Amino acid sequence: MSMDINTVHKVARLAALDIDDAGAEKIAPQLSNILGFIEQLSEVNTEGVEPLANVVDIELALRKDEITDGDCREKVLANAPEETQGFFVVPKVVEQES
Amino acid sequence: MSDLTHLTIAEALKGLENKDFTSVELTEAHIKAGEAAKDLNCYITETPDQAMEMAKASDAKRASGQAGILEGIPLAIKDLFCTEGVQTTAASHILEGFVPQYESTVTANLFGEGAVMLGKANLDEFAMGSSNTTSYFGNVINPWRAEDGADRTPGGSSGGSASAVAARIAMGATGTDTGGSIRQPAAFCGIAGVKPTYGRCSRWGTVAFASSLDQAGTFARTVEDNALMLRAMSGHDPKDSTSAQHAVPDFAAAMTGDIKGLKVGIPKEYRVDGMPAEIEALWQKGIEWLKGEGAEIVDVSLPHTKYALPTYYIIAPAEASSNLARYDGVKYGYRADENQLSDMYKKTRAEGFGDEVKRRIMIGAYVLSAGYYDAYYIKAQQVRRQILNDFLEAYKQCDVLLTPTAPSSAFVIGENEDDPIKMYLNDVFTVPASLAGLPGMSVPAGLDAAGLPLGLQLISKPWDEEMLFKVGGVIEKCANFSALPQGLIKKAA
Repeated sequence: MSMDINTVHKVARLAALDIDDAGAEKIAPQLSNILGFIEQLSEVNTEGVEPLANVVDIELALRKDEITDGDCREKVLANAPEETQGFFVVPKVVEQES
Repeated sequence: MSDLTHLTIAEALKGLENKDFTSVELTEAHIKAGEAAKDLNCYITETPDQAMEMAKASDAKRASGQAGILEGIPLAIKDLFCTEGVQTTAASHILEGFVPQYESTVTANLFGEGAVMLGKANLDEFAMGSSNTTSYFGNVINPWRAEDGADRTPGGSSGGSASAVAARIAMGATGTDTGGSIRQPAAFCGIAGVKPTYGRCSRWGTVAFASSLDQAGTFARTVEDNALMLRAMSGHDPKDSTSAQHAVPDFAAAMTGDIKGLKVGIPKEYRVDGMPAEIEALWQKGIEWLKGEGAEIVDVSLPHTKYALPTYYIIAPAEASSNLARYDGVKYGYRADENQLSDMYKKTRAEGFGDEVKRRIMIGAYVLSAGYYDAYYIKAQQVRRQILNDFLEAYKQCDVLLTPTAPSSAFVIGENEDDPIKMYLNDVFTVPASLAGLPGMSVPAGLDAAGLPLGLQLISKPWDEEMLFKVGGVIEKCANFSALPQGLIKKAA
């Protein structure tokens, strides 16, 4: 199956990736090529096969409900592009009235 | 002192124990060798000052009678493992300048056993690649060359790790293997590499690519050295719910040399079209070696082999698109300068990720999107189970599988770049075991006509890495691989 430009834009939006028309034109045939490759799977009969999510055959362990980590605000903020007074700072989210 | 860099880890440990030299001397020799090999671009971040501090501390620890398994051994650490206070980039612009405030469990285990860190090794961006050409910090060069003199790829994604060990600027290195990222570069660089069973090593503090496949492992020049390293870094970790409770055996003790009566499976589906005759011949040689040592050769079938790559290229991008959603410019890493939050997210990711990473994120978002999830993702998980079942069936007839590691020797940098699928085909022999979570090893077994190394792969049952070391040790002895990369021969002359 081939991926058209509109689909590329839709997927880019889902993936939160900025892409212009020229970028979409360039990547569309590459993605189509990969999709064509993975579509080989349609020829495999998988009727009644349980999907395998993880190969590890262990049950998730329970532990005591106690604090094992935390109280390290400075470490959490150490790599922040912008921070102030113990908070991460991001561009404004609320629309401004103009 | 330059001969210190040609010792194996086991030999160096004996030398340190006998006081023939100190870890400071051993570490210094590797730092100097690294300075002379900068053109290989093995490291993203070198840490010579820290290495010397760690070596001094290690010498003191040894003197006090508390030597660990790798006491005083200088290693390269793939720049996918978070190291406290040392920049960790995953070879991506989006993590440039990120300084972890914690240590990954794997590196903490290694350092606890006395290992010394020389630096953070280059890799494909977020470990996505088979040639180390997707790194934001430049290509890594393989120290091996053919007569054409062209720069060759060390393989990927753990290219810096493999190249550093082959070039004798590190005694060993950590790697991670999602679809072949340890075994293929080990083969391309003429060294041994091990991907253990999924769950053997903790993934905590390792930058995630595809969480159901990612597994840490080892590079070293001998099978025994890999055994020592793997023992030091493995073990259960409460911080990773998929790390297993299994006891960690003394892997090196399994190298008894006795493989009499062992059944070695040869999967017929690994005879792929277009495989070079030299690789086919080397595989046959491996069969003869093991037969000569008393093993029984059994033909087995893994019927879903041809579907492993397409399955992988659904599951790995799907998990990657989810894992890499965290890079949004808010809490760490690169941030694009935009006034609106949603624009900041999109620009940060567009400018911070390279082309291959973007391709995989988009494929992942597509196969997980409404309307396609069942047709692609669930289907791939169903085929994944069939691939695992193929292996489990085969292990009813044999103890271990022998295959080539990669379908070619190291190619010239720039080849296979025109079409992502061509690059993906490098992993045709390594991806099936990854999907099944099985342990695998690549052992250097010979040179092709161009003088480039080729590897043989062993794949064993879950949690039976000891079988890899036992049989790998025998292949190593029979192959007697002693060739050196051409660059090193020139330097010695």
